Amino acid sequence: MIFIENLNFGYSDHKVLSIPKMEIKEDQQLLILGKSGSGKTTLLHILGGLLAPNEGKVVIGKTDIYKLSQSQRDKYRGQNIGLVFQKAHLVSALNVGGNLLLAQYLSGAAQDKGRVKEVLEELNLGHKVRSKVKALSQGEQQRVTIARALLNRPRVILADEPTASLDDDNAFKVIELLKRQAQNYGAALAIATHDQRVKDEFEVQLNLNM
Amino acid sequence: MNLFSLSWNYIKSKPLNTLLNVLLLSLGIAIILVLILLSSQLEEKLAKDKRGVDLVVGAKGSPLQLILANVYHIDFPTGNIKLAEAKSLTRNRLIESTIPLALGDNYQGFRIVGTNHDYINLYEGKIAAGELFKYNLDVTLGSNVAKRLDLKLGDHFHGAHGMSVTDLEHDEKDYIVAGILEPSGSVLDNLILTNIESVWAVHEHEEEHAHEEGEEHAHEKVLGSAYETGLPAGDEGAEVTSLLVKFRSPMGAVTLPRMINSQTNMQAASPAFETQRLFSLLGIGVNMLRSFAYIIIFISGLSIFISLYNALKDRKYDLAIMRSLGASRSKLFVHVVLEGIIITTLGGLLGLLFGHGLMELLAGYYEKSDEVGVTGLIFVQEELYVLLISVGVGIVASLLPAFNAYKTDISKVLADD
Repeated sequence: MIFIENLNFGYSDHKVLSIPKMEIKEDQQLLILGKSGSGKTTLLHILGGLLAPNEGKVVIGKTDIYKLSQSQRDKYRGQNIGLVFQKAHLVSALNVGGNLLLAQYLSGAAQDKGRVKEVLEELNLGHKVRSKVKALSQGEQQRVTIARALLNRPRVILADEPTASLDDDNAFKVIELLKRQAQNYGAALAIATHDQRVKDEFEVQLNLNM
Repeated sequence: MNLFSLSWNYIKSKPLNTLLNVLLLSLGIAIILVLILLSSQLEEKLAKDKRGVDLVVGAKGSPLQLILANVYHIDFPTGNIKLAEAKSLTRNRLIESTIPLALGDNYQGFRIVGTNHDYINLYEGKIAAGELFKYNLDVTLGSNVAKRLDLKLGDHFHGAHGMSVTDLEHDEKDYIVAGILEPSGSVLDNLILTNIESVWAVHEHEEEHAHEEGEEHAHEKVLGSAYETGLPAGDEGAEVTSLLVKFRSPMGAVTLPRMINSQTNMQAASPAFETQRLFSLLGIGVNMLRSFAYIIIFISGLSIFISLYNALKDRKYDLAIMRSLGASRSKLFVHVVLEGIIITTLGGLLGLLFGHGLMELLAGYYEKSDEVGVTGLIFVQEELYVLLISVGVGIVASLLPAFNAYKTDISKVLADD
């Protein structure tokens, strides 16, 4: 599903990241471990088409995403890649349902309230459609962002420190949720974290600390 | 969900800020609008009343006063001119036609104007009831006069000397209402029209009255000597207030005023020139108010800019997330500009409402405005430009914030947390 080759990223004075070859297959789940500054966020951003590498290519499905124009890449990301971040960045001017509709609108997908409801139900947030974002707890907010990431049935789910600001209980729930949903949707999952708590949950790991 | 509702939701999420920006802009727009409405209506009104009058000839004095008194009937007359002199002027070959006016009396503040039917035709006045004056002391009322004073056909009244209500009444001779005009939107609406001889009769009577007290006057009706057109036959001392002159050719404009001003005891003034001069005098005040309004609009634009710019600091995550959800950079640009445009369009529309409301309020407050015919319930084309200005303010104020949104480095913003 994701295939990278000869990937290099760095600034003029130091190299941040260099990966000759890597592949994450459909249904595969990868944990990217690393201390802060190890380049795991950078790698995730490169995989998500948010940050162009200095060289190398990133192929998702059959698309070399850095061969696309900027706006094509934005659109491709919206439709095929679900992103989850450490903080639940939701648009506070909109309610929960509005945030999900926004995701559909911006990706160019048809706006489907039924689908919004469905995804929220899957994450036990069905009753929160009309809630204000600020009225939700941290854990709930994080689940809304997961709902948002799953909304367009992505082929790849990328999560950057999704558990860092959560307590143990919620952290494991979120990891469980991401793994289960990725499986449901047949999506490749990559989680970047420095959180040692979740280390044992993944078979395939990439350690950037070395 | 679309860009418009997205921007609208952002606006709704900070209601006080929005209210301030909208009110500020609407205030500026309202002031500009009142100025536009007022000056366009005044200009139209003034242009309408001076139509067909190329030159006003009257007693020497201020030319502006001559025009204001004889064309617009708002100032006092400069004095009178000899009937004989007026008559000799009408024979000038550069003059196509003249209309004489005899002013000096009023009834309840409405001016009694001695003239002939040409004057009514000049403003395309139409009779609504009764007939035009023919006999001495018969009057035809402007529509507003009849309405305000509640006068009907056959009613009698005394004129009062001078131009304002408090002056002494001529309590011996009665005017009789012979006709009432339809509303014409011109100066006719506020005038009481009669033969020039009627005006003379009222004044002669007063003089005679002092000498020949107790004498019985015959009360049979006398037909005016020139009620349709031209100047009446008068005795040697007879006077009129002015002549409204129409030139036969443009040559008249070149030579007649100079001839009249230098070779006669009369004065000639051009309504076009004098009203233009009046407007340029008023223009200083209008321009100052207008600059003031533009300053307010500028400040409101600045305020919108500042609030958008500040809000963007908090919104950089939102913008980055929107990018990550598939929004292109240009979409975010439009999203921010749209927010500015929505705020200023609201301000513009509210300003239109305020402007018209204020105008109507002022028009209701000042009685005079009814006479002049000023109202807030009229729409002029310039209002569209005013709306365009407000949209333009929105665009300009949001350009820089929108550009910042455009060049948001999503990876950097998202990695920052």
